[in-house]
Amino acid sequence: MIQRGNIVKINNKARVLGAIVVSSALIGGLAACTGTTETSDGGTYTLWDPYPDRDASSTWAQAIDACAADLGITIKRNAGNTGDTVKDLTTAASNLPDIAMVDNPKVSTLADAGLLTTTDDNGFDVSAIAPNILSAGEIDGKVYGVPVGANTLGLYYNPTVLEGAGVDIATVTDFTSLTAALEKIVASGKKGITFSAVGTEEGTFQFLPWFWGAGADLTALDSPEATSALQLWTDWVKKGYAPNSVISNTQGTSWDEFKTGDFGFAENGSWFKSSADELGYMSIQVPGINGGAAPAPTGGEFITIPIQKDTARYATSAKIVKCLSEGDTGATALGYVAPTAAGSAAQLAADPTLEFWIGAVGDAKPRTADNLGIKYGIISEQLYTAVQNALSGSASPADALAAAQAAAADKLK
Amino acid sequence: MSTLTTRSHAGGAASPAAPPAPSRKRAALHRQLTAWAFLAPLVIYLVVFYAYPLLRNLDLSFRDYTLRSFIDGSADFVWFDNYVEVISSSAFIPALLNTTVFTLVSILFQFSIGLALAVFFYRRFPLAMTLRALFLVPWLLPLLVSASVWAWMLNSESGIVNAGLEAIGLTQINWLTSPQWALISVLIANIWIGIPFNLVILYSGLQNIPVDLYEAASLDGANSRQMFWRITFPLLRPVSAITILLGLVYTLKVFDIIWIMTRGGPGDASSTLAIWSYRLGFGGGSPDLSPAAAVGNILILIAFAFGLIYIRLQRRMVQS
Repeated sequence: MIQRGNIVKINNKARVLGAIVVSSALIGGLAACTGTTETSDGGTYTLWDPYPDRDASSTWAQAIDACAADLGITIKRNAGNTGDTVKDLTTAASNLPDIAMVDNPKVSTLADAGLLTTTDDNGFDVSAIAPNILSAGEIDGKVYGVPVGANTLGLYYNPTVLEGAGVDIATVTDFTSLTAALEKIVASGKKGITFSAVGTEEGTFQFLPWFWGAGADLTALDSPEATSALQLWTDWVKKGYAPNSVISNTQGTSWDEFKTGDFGFAENGSWFKSSADELGYMSIQVPGINGGAAPAPTGGEFITIPIQKDTARYATSAKIVKCLSEGDTGATALGYVAPTAAGSAAQLAADPTLEFWIGAVGDAKPRTADNLGIKYGIISEQLYTAVQNALSGSASPADALAAAQAAAADKLK
Repeated sequence: MSTLTTRSHAGGAASPAAPPAPSRKRAALHRQLTAWAFLAPLVIYLVVFYAYPLLRNLDLSFRDYTLRSFIDGSADFVWFDNYVEVISSSAFIPALLNTTVFTLVSILFQFSIGLALAVFFYRRFPLAMTLRALFLVPWLLPLLVSASVWAWMLNSESGIVNAGLEAIGLTQINWLTSPQWALISVLIANIWIGIPFNLVILYSGLQNIPVDLYEAASLDGANSRQMFWRITFPLLRPVSAITILLGLVYTLKVFDIIWIMTRGGPGDASSTLAIWSYRLGFGGGSPDLSPAAAVGNILILIAFAFGLIYIRLQRRMVQS
């Protein structure tokens, strides 16, 4: 009986333990059968990425294989699970891979734990990488990895719905005009806007364009600017311009709502571009409170080089990183905008419809920027909780944000 | 187990009377070793999968663990700091209250509905078997499936429940996204999932009540309500106690249903101790492993208390 009760807790530990077992099994088993390139004896290098859905025949695996062939080495690829990269790397501390692909806001966490090398250590040249994307990997002037590419958020709209409601998209330039457009759409019998305000990192990710667009700063969650951004969302939900389900929507379910064709607008990521193209949806950048484009957060993974006992390996690892981040092979294979000017130019030449998203990524900003580093995780948790509390009506936007700021400040002490 | 203890007892009793010859001693040692060899798989299993994780969790909760601790092994021993932090946190009381409400209300409904169904199926009638089997379905479904379907049905905009409410002229209820309804929604789902367990155990308990008692009662002119309260309910008490206690321990630890349906939200509206522990450890941006372990241990203590009550109850039943 006692053991039954204990399962409650063992769960947590078991996850960590399980992660160790699973990851070691993966390294041994899975890696052996997927994406192993038998080229020559230049040595074997391991690469961890969070794309288990991309198998050995995917363009991404092929991009890795091509790099391995160029460098005359063998790259063993191990595709794990996105959510577990940090945990997997931490538990594998004594046996780290040569290359690890890490979700950009987690780079600072791993760097802080002492797992990653800086570009000074591994000799990688980052001068070609767009600074706004790169800054997610930058802490106190040191760079801990490079982006393989980036995606970001924009405001998709359904031209049919807008036309039916008599809304001209050119008039949507700031918070007020967007709200006016939503009002017209709802008056025409359609639904206004859908987004994801779920109580996880995704919720913060989606709120940030409005937050930053109102001029707020993550170091002061209770500023009047922050309150006006949250007031905007809260009013939308209260007035029915946005459905109540946004509180539990993930970005995927939000996109499903938008695809019903009933909605005028949807805030969502560049990864839905092809789906949007198919359905004839268009996009604009999220507007700032008084016009202009709001900075949206960047998404996407960083290629990092974890600490090795044998430091001689860094030179080759840096070459692999260069091969994957240079040009647009890696980014295109993963559906990201390339991190270098040359890379994104090549992408634009190959597909002119990418122009909007390349521009949007150019205006975007990493979540951990402004030297927030590991503080971001704590702040983000409080921010999405405040958004949840305000949208569900359990607190006013100002109160919810004041509580969030107090909690964040307390944790950061 | 019992063979082993009696044997060693026998050895102990024999030795003072007549010191055994070396060969007998060796034989005894041999027997001991054999016994341990047989025990080893179980002991190793218990140590590796139960004792070690428990101890590790205790250790985790008394230290200040960060990700860095996994790398360089440094984690300061902070005594009860994590427990103080957790208990004085503003999230503690809501989580404890939610856990209490969630557990007690779940048990109340699961047990009473389960008992009603058990009594109903006790009377054999055509199709009883089929119907009973249907009631077991929630138990057979993976929790992930059940919880996702509930979340889908209770969706504010496109859920079938709200569509039904609107069809009969009521207004939409934000089941999963309003602070007033979120806990109720996960409760409904959890009660539905827990009914089969109660039904099965109580039904088997009913089988053990001698039929002649009912016959005698009906000869004495007792109606069915009297028979339930005077015969069924008192004689079912031991089984009921076990069902409720097992249910308590099961429900305390419920995580998946809540996480899938509401993620403990909106805000903290449906966050229980189990959810909070997960959020602390893995949910947020910064892993607070030590406070998460502390919350987990508090949960274990509560479950442990109920476990003790269960053991006592069982012992009393064996004695009577």
